Amino acid sequence: MSSPQPQMPQAAPSWEAAPGAAHPASGAAHPAPGSPYPGYTSPIPVVRTHLGHAIASEWTKIRSVRSTMWTLGVFVLLVVGIGLLTGVVVSSSSSDLAGENALSLGFFGLLLGSMCIITLGVLTTASEYGTGMIRTTMVACPSRGRVLAAKAIVFFLVAFVVTLVSSSVVAFLHVAMLADNGAKDPTGGEWLKGTVGIALYIALLGLLSLVVGSIIRHSAGAITIMIGTVLAPLVIALFMFSESLEAVRDALFEYSIPNQLSVFYANSLSQSGPSGWDPLWIILGVTAVAFGGAFALLEKRDV
Amino acid sequence: MIELEGLTKRYGEKVAVNNLSFTVRPGIVTGFLGPNGAGKSTTMRMILGLDHPTAGSVRIDGKHYHQLKEPLTYIGALLEAKAWHGGRTAYNHLLCLAQSNGIARSRVREVLETVGLTAVARKKTKGFSMGMGQRLGIAAALLGDPRILMFDEPVNGLDPEGIHWIRTLMKSLAAQGRTVFVSSHLMSEMALTAEHLVVIGQGRLLADTSMADFIARNSRSYVRVRSPQRERMLDVLHQAGIVAVESGDGVLEVDGGKAELVGELAARHGLTLHELSPQQASLEEAFMQLTAESVEYHAHSETSPPPPQQQWGDGWKRG
Ligand SMILES: Nc1ncnc2c1ncn2[C@@H]1O[C@H](COP(=O)(O)OP(=O)(O)O)[C@@H](O)[C@H]1O
Ligand SMILES: [Mg+2]
Repeated sequence: MSSPQPQMPQAAPSWEAAPGAAHPASGAAHPAPGSPYPGYTSPIPVVRTHLGHAIASEWTKIRSVRSTMWTLGVFVLLVVGIGLLTGVVVSSSSSDLAGENALSLGFFGLLLGSMCIITLGVLTTASEYGTGMIRTTMVACPSRGRVLAAKAIVFFLVAFVVTLVSSSVVAFLHVAMLADNGAKDPTGGEWLKGTVGIALYIALLGLLSLVVGSIIRHSAGAITIMIGTVLAPLVIALFMFSESLEAVRDALFEYSIPNQLSVFYANSLSQSGPSGWDPLWIILGVTAVAFGGAFALLEKRDV
Repeated sequence: MIELEGLTKRYGEKVAVNNLSFTVRPGIVTGFLGPNGAGKSTTMRMILGLDHPTAGSVRIDGKHYHQLKEPLTYIGALLEAKAWHGGRTAYNHLLCLAQSNGIARSRVREVLETVGLTAVARKKTKGFSMGMGQRLGIAAALLGDPRILMFDEPVNGLDPEGIHWIRTLMKSLAAQGRTVFVSSHLMSEMALTAEHLVVIGQGRLLADTSMADFIARNSRSYVRVRSPQRERMLDVLHQAGIVAVESGDGVLEVDGGKAELVGELAARHGLTLHELSPQQASLEEAFMQLTAESVEYHAHSETSPPPPQQQWGDGWKRG
């Protein structure tokens, strides 16, 4: 499998000093900045790199591993599959949805599907630490912030587009299937929240996972933390029986991620707490703070 | 050119690299020699900006690594451990690297050809043998046609043919005027490839010298002498002021390259010689002795003076 070395050895360049001669003592003053250093000059034109190069690189990375196809494939399957199933069940039963929003049935599929987006988000950063790829990445792009930004942009766009397409497909199906059950036609605002809004929220949840992956540097650990973040508040709230803890319980419940998701379908399980587009601003704030932390840690730590 | 100034790295209590200062020049292969755990990989990671130095600094053609805008065209590195995702194909691994530095796709095929991985370019790298992995790492290092190349223990896991290939590659890269910096824990490997030698032990600089100088200074040469008239031989040598030591089996060892002198003395006194052979102690031995002393020096630095080896680099630099 080896091939002969094609690069032609050239005669030693004339400036090459005899070994041992003219070697600057260690610690000697450097030549003035900008002074030419001798050595090989490549015929390949030198390109000034920028964020665009890092984005192209991250796009190649994300599309060339199987875990991306798996997580996104399962995501689409869950969202569309569960969406179809609930649609069929509800429309074939004689239940009357008088005045209800048909889009809200998309909730269950998206809640489960969000686990896939969380997994992909974490893997985008953390898996590079597991494989050692991160060293190659950082040698190729010493600007660590640029690497994190490129990963975030590429992942966010992928997650947003895939969520938008699948949630829109499910939304159209539900509206068509449930028209006979008395569900009202969603307004323009409801359409926007049930498709673009929810897609932005899920993509941001994935982005938060990506950032947590960068901080934790361990795939399984970061995925566990994120799934815990999604489910734990709800579970803890369920076990808070005491009257004195009622306020805490309600807050945990209202701000739990599943409840925030349901706000996009205007059927929040409680009357107070976040409403309208609030969940989007909340997760945006949390992700921004986490991003700042991840960036600072990335600069400070060894790779 | 790579310039290290007082480079130090501490991991908690452990000092992995201790106040290293030296320069790696273009046009030659510089060997970076030290036993396992000496701090070679840590030094290389600091050169690449992966680990932050605790103290000191390192510059590449006058710049810090993070100041390089197109790093792969400046410096290519083969890292110690496997540093890629096993689920990605060799081609895609190199492609994402090329893209991050704005290097043309055609260059990916070129380097795959250079290292002989074209046939497996579309295969996932997790199925690669250790030797193929080294070749992939070298392909990544060559991708930007860089001025500086750094290889951390490149012959690890290679078969003899692969080892020969990489020696030739490193020499030809240096002959093109590039800076080539290669680490190893094997003196014998360095002796075959490197023209200049930097030796470290316990993170400290032990020698910074040309290979020729190192060999001249460190390979003790002596003459083996065997004679049936051993006692008279010893007397004759003693009278001539030549120090000889007995090394068992009736063999005498005479320090220095004095074979002619011993032969002439024996003839003049009518002594029979069964053996008169110039010998050289191996470089590996010299290297082990050098690094062993560094350990000792490390342990008793309060009480004992530094061994003379500490001055080798300096003496050479003055000359
Ligand atoms: N990330 C790290 N954390 C703690 N200790 C480390 C780390 N990296 C290296 N070391 C220690 O530093 C010393 C030098 O290691 P290394 O640079 O790998 O040596 P070499 O490459 O010469 O074999 C070793 O004792 C090693 O255990
Ligand atoms: Mg090492």
